Amino acid sequence: MDRAAIRTRLLEIVGPDGLLDDPDELLVYEYDASDEVFAGHHRPDFTVLPRTAEQVSAVVRLANEVGLPVIPRGAGTGLAGGALALRGGILIVLTRMNRILEVNERDGYAIVEPGVINLELSTALQPRGYFFAPDPASQRACTIGGNVGNNSGGPHCLKYGVTTNHILGLEVVLPDGERIWTGGPVPETPGVDLTGVLVGSEGTLGIVTKVMVRLTRLPEAVSVLLAAFPDIESASHATSAIIAAGVLPAALEMMDHLTIKAVEDAFHAGYPREAGAVLLVELDGLQEIVAENTGRVAELCRQHSAWEVRVARTKEERDLLWLGRKSAFGAMGRLAPNYYLVDTTVPRTKLPATMRRVEELSREYRLSIANVFHAGDGNLHPLVLFDRHRPGEVERVLECTTEILRYCVDVGGTLSGEHGIGFEKRDYMTLVFTTEDLCAMAGLKRSFDPRELFNPEKVLPTGFRCGEVAVLRQQALAQRLGLEYV
Amino acid sequence: MVTVPESTRVRGFSGRDAPSFDLIRKCVHCGFCLPSCPTYRITWRERSSPRGRIWLMKSVAEGRLDLLDPVFAEEMQLCLNCRACEAVCPSGVHYGQILEASRAQLVQHRPQSLRERLYRVLGFRILLGDMRRFRAANKLLRWYQRSPVRMLVRRSGVLRALGLEHAEAMLPTIPERFVVPDGRFFPAENERRGRVALFTGCVMSTAYAHVHEATIRVLTRNGFDVVLVSGQQCCGALHVHSGEPELGRDLARRNIEALESPYLDAIIVNAAGCGAMLKEYPQLLNHDHSYAERARALAAKVRDVLEFLVERGLTAQPGALPWTVTYQEPCHLAHAQRITQQPRVLLRAIPQLRLVEMAESALCCGSAGIYNLLQPDMASALLERKLDNALATGAEVIVSANPGCMLQLEAGLRARGLRVPVLHLIEVLDRAYTAATVPAARALPVAAE
Repeated sequence: MDRAAIRTRLLEIVGPDGLLDDPDELLVYEYDASDEVFAGHHRPDFTVLPRTAEQVSAVVRLANEVGLPVIPRGAGTGLAGGALALRGGILIVLTRMNRILEVNERDGYAIVEPGVINLELSTALQPRGYFFAPDPASQRACTIGGNVGNNSGGPHCLKYGVTTNHILGLEVVLPDGERIWTGGPVPETPGVDLTGVLVGSEGTLGIVTKVMVRLTRLPEAVSVLLAAFPDIESASHATSAIIAAGVLPAALEMMDHLTIKAVEDAFHAGYPREAGAVLLVELDGLQEIVAENTGRVAELCRQHSAWEVRVARTKEERDLLWLGRKSAFGAMGRLAPNYYLVDTTVPRTKLPATMRRVEELSREYRLSIANVFHAGDGNLHPLVLFDRHRPGEVERVLECTTEILRYCVDVGGTLSGEHGIGFEKRDYMTLVFTTEDLCAMAGLKRSFDPRELFNPEKVLPTGFRCGEVAVLRQQALAQRLGLEYV
Repeated sequence: MVTVPESTRVRGFSGRDAPSFDLIRKCVHCGFCLPSCPTYRITWRERSSPRGRIWLMKSVAEGRLDLLDPVFAEEMQLCLNCRACEAVCPSGVHYGQILEASRAQLVQHRPQSLRERLYRVLGFRILLGDMRRFRAANKLLRWYQRSPVRMLVRRSGVLRALGLEHAEAMLPTIPERFVVPDGRFFPAENERRGRVALFTGCVMSTAYAHVHEATIRVLTRNGFDVVLVSGQQCCGALHVHSGEPELGRDLARRNIEALESPYLDAIIVNAAGCGAMLKEYPQLLNHDHSYAERARALAAKVRDVLEFLVERGLTAQPGALPWTVTYQEPCHLAHAQRITQQPRVLLRAIPQLRLVEMAESALCCGSAGIYNLLQPDMASALLERKLDNALATGAEVIVSANPGCMLQLEAGLRARGLRVPVLHLIEVLDRAYTAATVPAARALPVAAE
């Protein structure tokens, strides 16, 4: 089928208002929030903005018929290039499917469409006394569909768990266009846990068209504490001490000097500019316990050389501190035109040593690195700053980030805490997974999407496409049996 | 796809009013601006979002997209320049500046139809180019509105032929008395705390002359001498927003000459759009050696009246108004000047007044200067959304602080057949002061005709 015929068919499905196909208007779909340096410029052939699950399903069927790749996209706030059309194809933008369909307080769930904005879901639930717990820093803009795709985390995931812990069920359009429901409102469902498989699959296995989310009760009391430290190391020790003392904060975040500067320039949120590092600790729960724990955390911070400990007095003050923290990535534009996010997680006890290594590498490669991260669960976010117009800098960035990742994996950490693998980090997968591990993943992918049309070139590293996996398996088998593979 | 013919292609930006590439490059496309953007929230298309528009600008700057490409031109026009994105941008991209510069590039390079050229000359040079002419035209308009000619014109179909039907319906009723900057002086009542100039502007001095009168009363009651400094012109915001920065600079220079005086403590503005423009004169004139420093000195003294009253504190106690009101934030107050708390502080200072916040109070109402005339579909989609949000509060009065928003809301309410009054916040405060001594002033106001 030629381009014009496909266009006609798409128009029949989504109408003229739902289709974009002028190459010039498709320019704006060649990026997401990751840096363009790494993915390059790839435009989809078509962008559709469906309003119903039926339309999504019909578009997927058509794509299957004509053999075009399908790429789902939400708000495009992803940091790993997951929403980019690397092989062209049809980009399915789900932002118009943004209704909250049902809120069932008694059974503790809500059913929403994937385009609902994360923060707006929590805002809508608030008058009923509930919220949606996963709160990625981009929550003002990112969509629930994107959260499901990336199994997103956020500051409050330290206590409440990541997205997968809050998804009860999904309506999914599979790569053949069929629509199925997985999971349900009851705590346990028999059979294969397809919800678990789909959450975090980054749109490589299907497109979510409805999400059944778990409702979490708003805590009775909240307190936010800000502690200023002379350096990252002392703040890291304080972090370990807080967790070791048996206090489980709702969130425990760290920001270094460079990040504080960018954030303060942006919003005057009230972070001390002179600090080498700050910890932002949120405690929630029953009033008495929150009060007691706030005192304990303050004391522990002081013991680990915090020179200022401040508790936010009003909701406005708390919100402003959080606004600062959650805008940190975006504020990097104040420090440099480009940045590369490393999203690695290490065991908490390895935090101080890892931060020392990051600092060493920053000096070694002559690159500024800003640090803002979920200290509580050891999820680091070194942001390597650069200017792509300076010759040689991009290469240095890639070498430096590889070094950071290698170190983190060596101390028992992993590649990504919450932002996904997408395109950008897929070739690092071999650092953490064995060939067998990756083959198992590729096998799952193949059973869902044998034609490799769903979000191609993502998650699995080069060489692990469905077709290639069979060869790899045989190679591995041959090696184990001591045979020569031809 | 519409392709631009080879002969008319324009590669990249050029000249003094080119969008700053350094500002464009500051965007790290994080996407935080998306939900704040009115046109994105209506279309959900990336091209109609701030991030999308910045990417289009970047593509033009890098030579990947033609300046005259229809997608670029359409999006630069579809943007409201409400600057909600600027207020939430963590990277500090001054979006208004690069948008206005992009529009200037289009005006300079895009062939204009005869009609567009005519309207530009008539509107920007003749009417808004000199306030004496503007006020004379308003007198004529008043005569037109009160004479049978209006009926004849409306019936004749000539408005439709000229594409002015919508504009004519939007016109506010022009009152008999204008507030003209003629050097008049209004002395402070009570203890004197300073001397300020009132920036009179264009439509505020005619259709909204009563708001100026209310502003003068509130200021004098709170201890400020008010001067109507002569020689003031239009602020130039409409020119700058429409890609005519040179005309804006001319007006800015004339306003600086009129208003720079060591004997004034502040320049008070009660139109959010004008206030934002006056505060941005330094940026507008930064290449002009003889005016740059003077622009900075003037801008440092410019205050929105609501900002000023909260900064200096009310010395007179307002009387009670038993009204339920909701507040519609003007974009150029909330986003361009970041004034969001002060209006609420003042409303809460009025005893018995109940402020019910509307949903999306900071989302543009679609007025945006002359946008509602140029992009009627988007403007009316936003207006309907705004009215739904405002009316859902059950408010008896809708309060705002900018003439464009007030005109837009009034027209929308009229079209719905509703008689909900729209008041400038300073009018509400003025009524509260009157109510302290005259109980009849506590009655609900009536909607404008």
